[in-house]
Amino acid sequence: MLKTFRIGGIHPEENKFSAGKSIETIAIPSEVIVPLAQHIGAPCQAVVKRGEQVKVGTLLGKSVGFVSANIHSPVSGTVKKIDKALDASGYKRDAVFIDVVDDIWEESIDKTNSLNRDYDFTSKEIIDKIFAAGIVGMGGATFPTHVKLTPPPGTKAEVLIINGVECEPYLTADHTLMMEKTEEIFVGIQLLMKAVNVNRAVIGIENNKRDAIDKFRETAKFYPSIKIQPLKVQYPQGGEKQLIDAVLSRQVPSGALPISVGAVVQNVGTAFAVYEAVQKNKPLVERVVTVTGKDVTNHCNVLSRIGVPLRNLIEHAGGLPETTGKVVSGGPMMGKALASIDIPVTKGTSGILIIPTLEARRKQMKDCIKCGKCVNICPMGLNPTLLMTLTEYEVWDKAEKEKITDCIECGSCSYTCPSDRPLLDYIRLGKSKVMGIMRTRKD
Amino acid sequence: MKNKLIVSPSPHVHSGDTIAKNMYGVLIALVPAFLVSLYVFGVNALILTVASVLFCVITEYVIQRFMFKKEPTILDGSAIITGVLLAFNVPSNLPLWILAIGAVAAIGIGKMSFGGLGNNIFNPALLGRVFLLISFPAQMTSWPLPSTVSPIDGVTAATVLENIKYNPQALPSISDMFFGLESGSIGEMSVMALLLGLVYMLWKKIITWHIPISIIVTVAIFTALMYWGDPSPANNPIIHLFSGGLMLGAIFMATDYATSPLSNKGMIIYGVGIGVITVSIRLWGSYPEGVSFAILLMNAFTPLINNYVKPKRFGEVRKNG
Repeated sequence: MLKTFRIGGIHPEENKFSAGKSIETIAIPSEVIVPLAQHIGAPCQAVVKRGEQVKVGTLLGKSVGFVSANIHSPVSGTVKKIDKALDASGYKRDAVFIDVVDDIWEESIDKTNSLNRDYDFTSKEIIDKIFAAGIVGMGGATFPTHVKLTPPPGTKAEVLIINGVECEPYLTADHTLMMEKTEEIFVGIQLLMKAVNVNRAVIGIENNKRDAIDKFRETAKFYPSIKIQPLKVQYPQGGEKQLIDAVLSRQVPSGALPISVGAVVQNVGTAFAVYEAVQKNKPLVERVVTVTGKDVTNHCNVLSRIGVPLRNLIEHAGGLPETTGKVVSGGPMMGKALASIDIPVTKGTSGILIIPTLEARRKQMKDCIKCGKCVNICPMGLNPTLLMTLTEYEVWDKAEKEKITDCIECGSCSYTCPSDRPLLDYIRLGKSKVMGIMRTRKD
Repeated sequence: MKNKLIVSPSPHVHSGDTIAKNMYGVLIALVPAFLVSLYVFGVNALILTVASVLFCVITEYVIQRFMFKKEPTILDGSAIITGVLLAFNVPSNLPLWILAIGAVAAIGIGKMSFGGLGNNIFNPALLGRVFLLISFPAQMTSWPLPSTVSPIDGVTAATVLENIKYNPQALPSISDMFFGLESGSIGEMSVMALLLGLVYMLWKKIITWHIPISIIVTVAIFTALMYWGDPSPANNPIIHLFSGGLMLGAIFMATDYATSPLSNKGMIIYGVGIGVITVSIRLWGSYPEGVSFAILLMNAFTPLINNYVKPKRFGEVRKNG
């Protein structure tokens, strides 16, 4: 029996059409838009001015505060302006507009593809380089990586868990990266192990990526401290708490961090970005994006610079199909529906999913028939239908007792509901209300 | 493509599961039991089942259209299930006008007075059945002999559970009880057909095992203990499992979504409760059969169970592997 997490879970249609497609590079356009808020935490402060010349890797935005990440220029050229631009959040926020000239890189960056296995850095040096390069969680959550590598005082990491699960349907960016940059990822994992001072790492990979499991097992022969753990295909296994449970059989308590059970979790994409940052001095200026959808003609995995309009990536995939109803940044379960395809690729753009109109519209909600399916599949062991009712009637104290703040917003409840009830919409609202109340109580 | 993209919060896909899919799934699971009832009781079973479905669907339609003034949802299949289950719970010679009263009670009082599907507290079909049992005790407890046993119409006989109580010599064989060749309500006799339905519903993930299995296991253990103390047929676990409405109740009535608990732990408590009450009524009560009352009683406890028995929360039980 393959391992998996122990509470709830669903198995949506995988639809990984772009699996096995090798990475293609997207041409650099004449103008890019680089948002200054590409991560969870405080937006960056711009350090360039209008008219300034930049190269690939020049710092554009400086991290402010601990939970924040630097942003570098993904192209060379001239800063045209710093202005508001629409991003995936649906809001207009500060961004640096750059007119592209040539493709000149900062001299410190090694832009070759040669593999560099050797390193001699201390834990602090590695974390500093990761911080400088503006690395964030590449799975889509975009939490600044250096923060996760700096455990709070009094805690000690025991094991590094690498997320190679890619449990979202449709997405294959991580899978492709694992096939093409296998050893770079292993070096990155070793750097991460050094950074948090552990001598053990486990890579969790779902069993629908047999080729990646085989390839990683082959490579792991040369890296004895790194273990491969195949996992049963089950959503949301890429959730941090679910992955730790699946790999270690340890459950992080409500409200606690993974470090409380001795685990630090990083994505395979992040491990690759760490390799590039530390071994190649290369900041996070490009990423792999899956472009797919049922009616897309050319499903692909592309390497795109940050700041390139999504429109260009969609053109590469054969253009927007006639049937398009919705364009999602990320996967179908947790991705964000976009108001426009002219927004730029950011550090968290793991995929562009184009959903036909027929599937894009929600069905009308019916009364709850109390079938209990949402309760059965909730991976956090919550009662979604009760939480929705409590939110509807604004019973916040009861919602808090029912652990509404434990919700990881994976969407399994809404996905499952035979009455088409928008369970997660309500729970999200209730969760933010309850969190607000809890904060005021603390003050 | 049009200029406007649809924007909505995640998730952007749906399982495709619907109320109707689950309801029609239950109806498919009821087909084997229906076929056995046709074989055993002939055309009467067909007439009563069809009539009961019609009465229930019409009642629901009229109430939704003219009292709720809403678009009727009779096509979701839930009223059809209530109709079939009501018919399965009555003797095959019940006059149609009594059945019609039962249908109005089931849908009108049992379901629509609470607001319709999902909002009712008691299982509508059972409420209809108990309404009839109390109002028309004679007609509701006269059981025609199966046509396979007596070809003459109008001959009635006691059910297995009545015989256990009053005439333990006249019991049918275990295999007759398993296949359903005994007297009783239309759809309750064939253990085999009902178990087929259970397997189908488990396979299609319409229900989970928790309720039916906990009822069956509880009845088996409880009666086995009694049998150990006093090995008379009245305590025989096999007879208890294979007779009366136990299988029909455990598989199709107790598992009604709206009136059973939400969490797995809650379902097991509910199932054990039904098992204990059923056996208690059968052994010590004044009625020979207790499944209906047991389920209705536990229906009443469902909100309480939901309030106190929570699903297993993530991180509450921490086993450090």
